[in-house]
Amino acid sequence: MRTPLRLPRLWHELIITPVIKLTGYSAVIFVVLILFFLLTEGLPTFSEVALSDLFSQRWYPIESYYGILPLLAGSLLVTIGATLIALPLGVGTALFIAEIAPRWLREILKPFIEIMAGVPSVVLGFIGILVLAPALRVGLHIATGLTALAGSLLLAAISIPTIVSVAEDALDAVPRSYRDASLALGATQWQTIWRVTLPAARNGVLTAVMLGIGRAFGETMTVMMVTGNAPVLPTRLSALFQPARTMTATIAAEMGEVATDSTHYHVLFFIGIMLFLISLAVNLTASAVIFRQKKRTERILS
Amino acid sequence: MVNLALAWAEAYQELHPEINISVTGGGSGTGIAALQNSTADIANASRAMKEEEIVELQRKGLDPREYVVARDAIAVIVNPVNPVQELTLQQVSDIYSGKINNWKELGGDDRTIVRLSRETNSGTHVYFLERVLRLGEKENQTLFSPDTLLLPSSVGIISEVRDNPNAIGYDGLGYVTNEVKMVALAEEAGTPYFLPSADTVNQALYPVARDLYMYTAGEVSPEVIGYLDWIKSPPAQAIVKELGFVPITP
Repeated sequence: MRTPLRLPRLWHELIITPVIKLTGYSAVIFVVLILFFLLTEGLPTFSEVALSDLFSQRWYPIESYYGILPLLAGSLLVTIGATLIALPLGVGTALFIAEIAPRWLREILKPFIEIMAGVPSVVLGFIGILVLAPALRVGLHIATGLTALAGSLLLAAISIPTIVSVAEDALDAVPRSYRDASLALGATQWQTIWRVTLPAARNGVLTAVMLGIGRAFGETMTVMMVTGNAPVLPTRLSALFQPARTMTATIAAEMGEVATDSTHYHVLFFIGIMLFLISLAVNLTASAVIFRQKKRTERILS
Repeated sequence: MVNLALAWAEAYQELHPEINISVTGGGSGTGIAALQNSTADIANASRAMKEEEIVELQRKGLDPREYVVARDAIAVIVNPVNPVQELTLQQVSDIYSGKINNWKELGGDDRTIVRLSRETNSGTHVYFLERVLRLGEKENQTLFSPDTLLLPSSVGIISEVRDNPNAIGYDGLGYVTNEVKMVALAEEAGTPYFLPSADTVNQALYPVARDLYMYTAGEVSPEVIGYLDWIKSPPAQAIVKELGFVPITP
């Protein structure tokens, strides 16, 4: 019988282990600190602005109109528009790269997608102002091209690389044997992709989409440059063809000006809390869905 | 006025290489906030300091000093194809408050008006609100129509007005390029219309003109005093002219 191998406890292990532990915990600590900071700076809003004023339709802070509804709705409108464009394109591109494209094409496409992810958002914003907005105005016969739609299109361009690379990794991780089995049973390539590979990778694909949505929702510079920033409350989907003001652009545009500890300052932090909560909700929904699916697959397999 | 502050800083550093001036943009309030936090020696502002800003500085034991360093006019601009040549301040106010929504009401083409404005953190925005939308009247509570596009930069306004025949915008005379058309303004109907220029501003004929300020707070170093003295000198005021602003001394 072999004696169990005992590794000598080296002195540097005594340091490395706690350091790694600390970096692990630090992520949690930072999130808690950020939340704490947002709450201390943002919660005074409730004692300074009546709830009915806060959830009203007029945002004009230099005259003490603090209605955040147009900003909330503006962010949702632009993000939903971006998701509607980026979801089919992103997942479609990922499927093409992972399942259909020949190896040589794949080697070309993947780096290109990564370069696309690296384009600074301010550059996209300039393209938006100089090319996209005039094109939209002329092409769609609308009064101005600086609209929620321009923001959605550029945000889609920003979130597609995220969606593609994460979804492509997930599709890649589906075992070869699944596809072989499906094809052996007589399924076509399309049936294999749609009924076998994509469902098998759906957790990863869902994560990809959620990351993409989060990327779009939090993006600031591009939307500030191309959406026109008019705080109008969108009521119909046709509001996509009108200017909109998002929460992120509002914070970016106004935080530099604001006097510390003024009501306006507190309201901007309150908007920060809303952004934080919405991102949290998106992430929790995603992980809840993934968790439930995992349990279901475990049940089926057992 | 960040262009002007930068040009002055560059010219002065050429004359005095031992002095290092760094200029940051962001709007008048940004500079005054930096003065309050003692992160800047000089705050450039395109509006006079507000009462609460002065109080905040004094509470920190910093007494503000004001210097008028140049003059500026706000030009109302439209696309070159727009046939509208002149407007009264009341008409501009009605456009921006949302009472007038089509160019044909002003003798132009049948086009929806697209209103462009600087962001609310810009001194230009606040001045335009007080001087034009509210016609300089203290008790006037007129507001920008909510569908006014708030653009974060002068470049954004100029490029949209240049490309879009529906648009009306406003910006400091120093930022206006010849790709857009300036509108002549009159104080009220029946009074003469004036285009903004160095002459009409200095003779107080053009109705939408204002002073530009530099502020210091508390103890001021001799280097800062030297810089402020230089700004009033002819070579510095020549830079003002070059950038399209109006010098304080003719």
